[in-house]
Amino acid sequence: MATTKLKINGKEHAVDVDPSTPLLWVLRDHLNLVGTKYGCGVASCGACVVHLEGEAVRSCVTKVSRAAGKEVVTIEGLSENGDHPLQQAWEQVDVPQCGYCQSGQIMSAAVLLREIPNPTDEEIDLAMTGNICRCGTYLRIRKAIHLAAEIQNEIK
Amino acid sequence: MTEVKNNTGRRSFLKAALLAGGGMVLHFSWPAGSKAAAKKALETPEEWFELNSYIKIGENGIVSLFNPNPEFGQNVKTSLPMILAEELDIDWEQVVVEQADFYPERFGRQFTGGSQSVRGAWSPLRTAGATARQMLVLAAAAEWNVPASEISTESGTLLHQASGKKAGYGEFASAAAKIPVPKEVKLKAVNDFKIVGSSRSNVEVKNILTGKPLFGLDYKTEGMLIAMVVHPPAFGLCFKSMDDSVAKTMPGIKSIFTIDSLTEDIDQNFFDATSFTKFAVVVGNTTWEVLQAKKALKVEWEEEPERTFTMGGRKATFPAGLESTELHRAKMQELTKTPGNIARRDGDPERAFQAAAKILERTYTAPFLAHNAMEPVNCFAHVTADRAELYGPTQAPEFISGTLSERLGMPKEKILIRLARMGGGFGRRAYGHHLIEAAVISQYLQAPIKLVYTREDEMTAGIYRPTYSATYRAALDENNQLLAFHVKAGGIPESPLHANRFPAGAIDNYLAEGWQIPSNITVGAFRAPRSNFMAAAEQSFLDELAAEMGKDPIDFRLELLERAKTNPVGQRNDYDAARYAGVLELVRDKSNWKETPQGVHRGVSAYFCHNSYVAEIVDLVMKDDMPKVEKVVAAIDCGIVVNKDAAINMAEGAIVDGVGNALYGELPFKDGVPQKNNFTTYQLIRMNEAPKTIDVHFVQNEEAPTGMGEPPFAPVFAAVANALYRATGKRFYNQPFINELKSS
Repeated sequence: MATTKLKINGKEHAVDVDPSTPLLWVLRDHLNLVGTKYGCGVASCGACVVHLEGEAVRSCVTKVSRAAGKEVVTIEGLSENGDHPLQQAWEQVDVPQCGYCQSGQIMSAAVLLREIPNPTDEEIDLAMTGNICRCGTYLRIRKAIHLAAEIQNEIK
Repeated sequence: MTEVKNNTGRRSFLKAALLAGGGMVLHFSWPAGSKAAAKKALETPEEWFELNSYIKIGENGIVSLFNPNPEFGQNVKTSLPMILAEELDIDWEQVVVEQADFYPERFGRQFTGGSQSVRGAWSPLRTAGATARQMLVLAAAAEWNVPASEISTESGTLLHQASGKKAGYGEFASAAAKIPVPKEVKLKAVNDFKIVGSSRSNVEVKNILTGKPLFGLDYKTEGMLIAMVVHPPAFGLCFKSMDDSVAKTMPGIKSIFTIDSLTEDIDQNFFDATSFTKFAVVVGNTTWEVLQAKKALKVEWEEEPERTFTMGGRKATFPAGLESTELHRAKMQELTKTPGNIARRDGDPERAFQAAAKILERTYTAPFLAHNAMEPVNCFAHVTADRAELYGPTQAPEFISGTLSERLGMPKEKILIRLARMGGGFGRRAYGHHLIEAAVISQYLQAPIKLVYTREDEMTAGIYRPTYSATYRAALDENNQLLAFHVKAGGIPESPLHANRFPAGAIDNYLAEGWQIPSNITVGAFRAPRSNFMAAAEQSFLDELAAEMGKDPIDFRLELLERAKTNPVGQRNDYDAARYAGVLELVRDKSNWKETPQGVHRGVSAYFCHNSYVAEIVDLVMKDDMPKVEKVVAAIDCGIVVNKDAAINMAEGAIVDGVGNALYGELPFKDGVPQKNNFTTYQLIRMNEAPKTIDVHFVQNEEAPTGMGEPPFAPVFAAVANALYRATGKRFYNQPFINELKSS
């Protein structure tokens, strides 16, 4: 056990855990940030995607020690009022079915939109291939990303 | 308007309410109709007045509607309250929705499965809504001293035209709650619907998109421990012994022990199905700590002899042995050649086959499949000496509550099962073994625990879609006319045969046979059970048969349906030929069937299951010798559509799911061991493989609504197979098709 200092969604936390504990379980079990989901534990489904220093990482295979002292953003901190262009678009398109994978989808899409403000279908497919939606809402996710790009452009 | 007898009796409701002891807690902040722009939460009323099991009205006019059924993404939490709201005649913006606990005395059937939620709730919820509305009208009539028949309602307002008297529902909620329940109420005419048939956004969408704790796995209480199980690594093995000397000393570990989830004396029901009944259990403070100790636990397994148990009062057995896919294939092949159990026989099929000028015979197979819902199996349980509380994902609390009561030795009324939003289900969560395991672990420890399966635990724990095989034969005369039709279908461990489905009823000489082979690999319902395979086999065969007869595949099906409609063979045909033909005609029109774009390969398929009719046309292209489904057009007859956009979402998802499973889905076995245990090896369809476009069209009619969860899934497989044939010139008989493509 060791104390690890974390900065999550702008807030400082100190957690006393084995440094090899995946960030996912620190978020879920220790900090009650359960929007980040467990789906596979082997970086294969994308349900656990968070931002580490602005990059999309799979928190299920990211040791908490790697996040020490760095900026972590989870779905709970993506926007203050749940109104990030992606959240607005997801709501307008009414994307979710069960909803379990959607926070990971949105966190992956957020990095895509920052890097490519107006992605094509092919760019979306490439960026989102790591995120499984077992309900099959892929068409709506694609549509919502395009819509979020429009909303983002209007804001700018 | 339709008059209906009222069966939402106040007496039974009041009695039930006393039993619950105030277990209903209100969780909401956003109104149902709130859009991104509407940031204001509704004011919570100071007092609620309950008009019946489903409906509460606040003094300020806010209406709370209960969703009785478990939600797993089919959107019942929005669609079922829409039915109540319609007949209650309220403004959707004033509605909040609550998830009901499992409480059958109050809510009747609370089952999510078989595409039955909307179909089953349609009439009771309309009646409940209309009854509450009528009680408000009667309360206003008494107060205003006017005839009830002169009072109209609109958007939560009562109006007496002649006197100009007007009031919101909130003002009469208290008085209405005291009105005797009317014996008969009037239901709206379909063309007066304002909410049913519209598109209402998912009432939970904001919570989903901001990461709120909605799912069983998100649940936590003070002092709750995490429990994980270690189950046998192979079907046919069972627990022998364990060495926990290292594991029990690891950080955060509280206890390591074994449990028997189902004891031999319990009479199981179908939904108690479980592959393993004796587990090693590791309990500790946090998920990661328990996972580490689980890896350090050394368990020895041994081969399990034939296991016998009681199911529904009858003796049932799991055979001994370590089974493999290779063995399954050989056994199934053998049974396709031996006579099966005859389920239906029309005319004289044997003689017709003898007289045939030509016989077309084809055999189709499909592998075991894992459900792979994104949220792994889990359940919270807190069992004390005198009560039990469970919270977790389950499609069918009613099927597990009796077994739970028996296993815990506790009467049903002391057991509260609360229904978490489920991270998918697809049939897997109709089986409640995880509720029993969680409760037994909690009872042993006398502490609140959350049982968590890893992905690997879940994928290797059984309750799979069975493996199937079906052989189809058609007899043709010298003029290429269809003389007879024969289907022989079976599987491990169950037969998928539906003997009375199309094309039964359309052919004079018809024979249907079934067979099954016992296995210790546990199976269960998987989205459109049995139909998901029978549709694939039958609709592929009809496509090949049409080609053999020189007919267009849609024309050929329509000819058969015309026969079934005008002059049906036999009495027991379980489909409506006119509605079946209707979806084929609609999909033909909407897809421009005859005008296939350049480079595109088309396949059609249509199927009736779970009370709905669906026809689909797949447009497939080949890219670098690999198939890609670009577009799917679907025509659906599910009667009245309650929540249109949600229904389209379901159809889109079912089609994507079908394309994925047709091309990639399989769970092979070797020596009893499932050969895939995570998404690294189990291929699920991903974004880049999903179609670009899915066009969904509904047949417009006034039939009572039927299911949408499963019917659009079943036809996809054959539509893909038939398109693949046009792309490659080769027929695809064995799922998953990607294996056949790679081997050709």
